[in-house]
Amino acid sequence: MNAEQILFILFGAVSLIGAVAVISFRHPIYSALSLVVTFFAQAGLFLLLGAHFVAAVQVIVYAGAIMVLFLFVIMLLNLGTLSVKGAIGGKLKGFAIILGILLAIEGIYIATNVLNNTAIAAAQPATAAPNTTTYDIGELLFSKYLLPFEVTSLILLAALIGVIVLVKRSSNDSI
Amino acid sequence: MELQYYLILSALLFTTGVIGVLVRRNAIIIFMCIELMLNAANLAFVAISRSLGEATGQVFVFFVMAVAAAEVAIGLAIIVSVFKHRETINVDEVNSLKG
Repeated sequence: MNAEQILFILFGAVSLIGAVAVISFRHPIYSALSLVVTFFAQAGLFLLLGAHFVAAVQVIVYAGAIMVLFLFVIMLLNLGTLSVKGAIGGKLKGFAIILGILLAIEGIYIATNVLNNTAIAAAQPATAAPNTTTYDIGELLFSKYLLPFEVTSLILLAALIGVIVLVKRSSNDSI
Repeated sequence: MELQYYLILSALLFTTGVIGVLVRRNAIIIFMCIELMLNAANLAFVAISRSLGEATGQVFVFFVMAVAAAEVAIGLAIIVSVFKHRETINVDEVNSLKG
């Protein structure tokens, strides 16, 4: 086993354990902290794949900004004492787990068998390609994907206005 | 590492997110599980981008992250205002729209 395989197993195991912890802790704060662990492990996986820009953005945006939002809301609503009891649905739990196992089997089947016949498998020799740099991503963003990039800024603007409207109205009505 | 192992890991993470959405009742944890699923998709994007030797997959990861950030902001605002009206965020109890 070389270093890359060991690191893959390490990061993969940590991210899977973190993901399972997210859905099994009863207290939302613990779930949020497990999610941070998962995000960091995934940033490590992105580094292994040579995607340095994505790894940095993963840490800054997901583990930084989004998780702060989550923790802020959890603490603002003070959910600790309120919703711990009966946090996991009883009736459909077994059904959901069976469905999940089926979905996992499907996903593994697709990952191992189906992709062999497609263009992705045909391009295997490119695995030794040099790392894609931030320069490559920026060049693509501002040439081929310029329109989606601008639309993204519109989405963020719409989200901003939407949040302000939502929060403002509910504080004025005070129902 | 080969592409397949990354895709299998991505499938397992996605499945964990799906099970979480189905099993949990707390709306905030359901949101976290949606983030898990988006991250699993991101992992598949980056792995395939590496395998093809080009940066397009990483550009899509960028878009996914922007949409996820917007979604989280809106979703948490909705959760906060639901909590103000109903004093709960259990999805079982917020059922006024049920036909």
